[in-house]
Amino acid sequence: MNADDLLQCAVYLAVFLACVKPLGAYMAEIYEGRVPRSARLLSPLERGLYRLCGVDPVEEMSWQGYAAAKLLFNAAGLFALYALQRLQHRLPLNPMKMAAVSPDSSFNTAISFATNTNWQGYGGETTMSYLTQMLGLTVQNFVSAAGGMAVMAALIRGFVRRQSATIGNFWADMIRGVVYILLPLSAVLAVLLVSQGVVQTLRPYAAASMIEIAKDSRGQPPAEQTIALGPAASQIAIKQLGTNGGGFFNANSAHPFENPTPLSNFLEMESLVLIAAALCFTFGKMAGDVRQGWALLAAMTIIFIPLLWLGVASEQGGNPAFAALGVDQRAAPEQAGGNMEGKETRFGIASSAIWAAATTAASNGSVNAMHDSFTPLGGLVPMALIELSEVVYGGVGSGLYGMILYAVVAVFLAGLMVGRTPEYLGKKIESFEMKMASIGILVSPACALLGTAVAAACAAGRAGVSNPGPHGFSEILYAFSSCANNNGSAFAGLSADTPFYNALLGLAMFFGRYWIALPVLAMAGSLARKKSVPESAGTLPTHTPLFVFFLVGIVVMVGALTFFPALALGPIAEHLMMAGRGS
Amino acid sequence: MYPRQALIAIRSVMALSLLTGLVYPLAITGLARVLFPRRADGSLLWRQGKVVGSALIGQPFASPRYFWGRPSATVPPYNAGSSAGSNLGPTNPGLLKAVAERVQALRRADPAHRSPVPVDMVTASGSGLDPEISLAAARYQAFRVAAARGLRLADVMAAVGRHTRGRFWGVLGEPGVNVLELNLDLDGLGRPGAR
Repeated sequence: MNADDLLQCAVYLAVFLACVKPLGAYMAEIYEGRVPRSARLLSPLERGLYRLCGVDPVEEMSWQGYAAAKLLFNAAGLFALYALQRLQHRLPLNPMKMAAVSPDSSFNTAISFATNTNWQGYGGETTMSYLTQMLGLTVQNFVSAAGGMAVMAALIRGFVRRQSATIGNFWADMIRGVVYILLPLSAVLAVLLVSQGVVQTLRPYAAASMIEIAKDSRGQPPAEQTIALGPAASQIAIKQLGTNGGGFFNANSAHPFENPTPLSNFLEMESLVLIAAALCFTFGKMAGDVRQGWALLAAMTIIFIPLLWLGVASEQGGNPAFAALGVDQRAAPEQAGGNMEGKETRFGIASSAIWAAATTAASNGSVNAMHDSFTPLGGLVPMALIELSEVVYGGVGSGLYGMILYAVVAVFLAGLMVGRTPEYLGKKIESFEMKMASIGILVSPACALLGTAVAAACAAGRAGVSNPGPHGFSEILYAFSSCANNNGSAFAGLSADTPFYNALLGLAMFFGRYWIALPVLAMAGSLARKKSVPESAGTLPTHTPLFVFFLVGIVVMVGALTFFPALALGPIAEHLMMAGRGS
Repeated sequence: MYPRQALIAIRSVMALSLLTGLVYPLAITGLARVLFPRRADGSLLWRQGKVVGSALIGQPFASPRYFWGRPSATVPPYNAGSSAGSNLGPTNPGLLKAVAERVQALRRADPAHRSPVPVDMVTASGSGLDPEISLAAARYQAFRVAAARGLRLADVMAAVGRHTRGRFWGVLGEPGVNVLELNLDLDGLGRPGAR
């Protein structure tokens, strides 16, 4: 890791951490139902949506009602997205005459986008019509993100309210998230991205007569270069901000039309953790003690920084096997050096490795370099961040409610150690909360590891692998970790657009999303019904450095104990092989 | 209660689809058309009334007279209708073989040049469409291009300089040389007014 790499990491962290307080405070106002003056302009839109949808925003819901509304909404969205893909050949805005998407791929993509995973089983520019990209993928990018944030808001109300049977109104939370948070931020980002060269057009693909008419290997002169276009900027903005990650183009944010310059890269990279990090402050603010939010943000950042460093350093170190071939991998003012396979010149090492860590810390899953071609340890970093259950910033809303599950477990364990009644934010943590937290924490590792085991044991699973040796196993492990934790990035060499993987990964995404969101809502309902316990000398403070490190310890321990054996078979084995060969 | 909620679910999917799936992207498209028309349409490059490529999308070059771009893993190379990386893992024998072949191809084209090859010249880009190469890769190839065109090395390096983009604010990303624009520039050298 050299000085340039270090500086880029520092700038990256500084900018999004600086945005946490202002954005977090703004979001707290929105979810408390007070619209700040700066955003009143959008109020007619909010009211119009309530009227169109038939929503009474002040109607309160029990946790069951809230969960039912969320599930019904997701089911309707899933069906709409499936239908749109299957019928796209009969609908307008399809200038390239794309055929209907296959049933299994449509199913996978519909679940993937409704669950905020945005696993990219499809190749954007070769599969999807402009209408599907806009009316299907862009829409789900907004609403799945808003849905995650709504569950978060409901959980906070569970802590704040006393002896209450209700936790808010799902429709109001979801619509407010779209109207006041996601839509304005996306519009600004989309225009900034177009200024950098991200395409935003409804014209058909361009045809260019190339400069050099070099004959190909069969002696054929090349046809024209077909240049895929489309309404990309509007989708990319929300795909980054909503921790979605499904690309407009197959190569995702490595594609020059999706991410053309170092500045566009920086904006996209900041966007992908922005809201998730700022929600920590929202949490503290709504809970009436901002220190609680800072403590969770600190815990996340403490886990993030060493993994960020490991990722950048491993990629900058390059591939030892190249040295003998006469390749110059040194970092110098004239070149980034390091492991450039699968990376773009304009991003080099630092911007690619920071992105890889950020996109997997936040459950975004967009990529600007091909993770499959990372060095073994460089590829272990994104995998590990996913396998820590996406609580290091995590998905918008889902990352924070995941972290709060860990905080509940941490409070409980600390209480057991010192013999105090466990309390968090003034609410007693009892057996029901612990059951819900345990389910929420254990579901996604179970899906990831069981899915990996099934795929590695089946011929249909092994057939998708593209790299030999332990790296092939890493491809499978990455795919199931990514889907079960709703990340969506991939070791993309895996041929996952098959009925086998579309179905199995679809199920992993489904369980990984709802079997965390439902226990969280159940916990919110149970907490809201409780009385608040006044703070006393016996209360364990949950904003101190001691608690932060204890929480970090719990997150790392659960993740490491669960996944270490699998990681040892994949990236760690490959690292030892590579190191042995290189020396 | 649930039938009513189901009805709201359907209505809100429709209403939000209208807002975020049609109004929003079409408004951005309109705004982009007004503010940045060339960029919104793909930064296309025109010569003599024809589109010859995009400033942001690389093209394959094989002649020693041209600068070559990054190796591309798409089929065929630089297929801007189907972007992709190689997804070869770091210990894959296929990767090492491909890199060794690329090193040899560069050496064959310029046998006198014995210094190590910059890594970006022998590794496939993430998109398969990378429009740029590193400064080191441009300098490495400048000897070959100058010899093949009968130009002075200084003139070729001056052209490289004209198409070099630095880091943003001197910090973010990495510098790069736009290969297609550089090659177009070289073809225009000595033909005043050709641009």
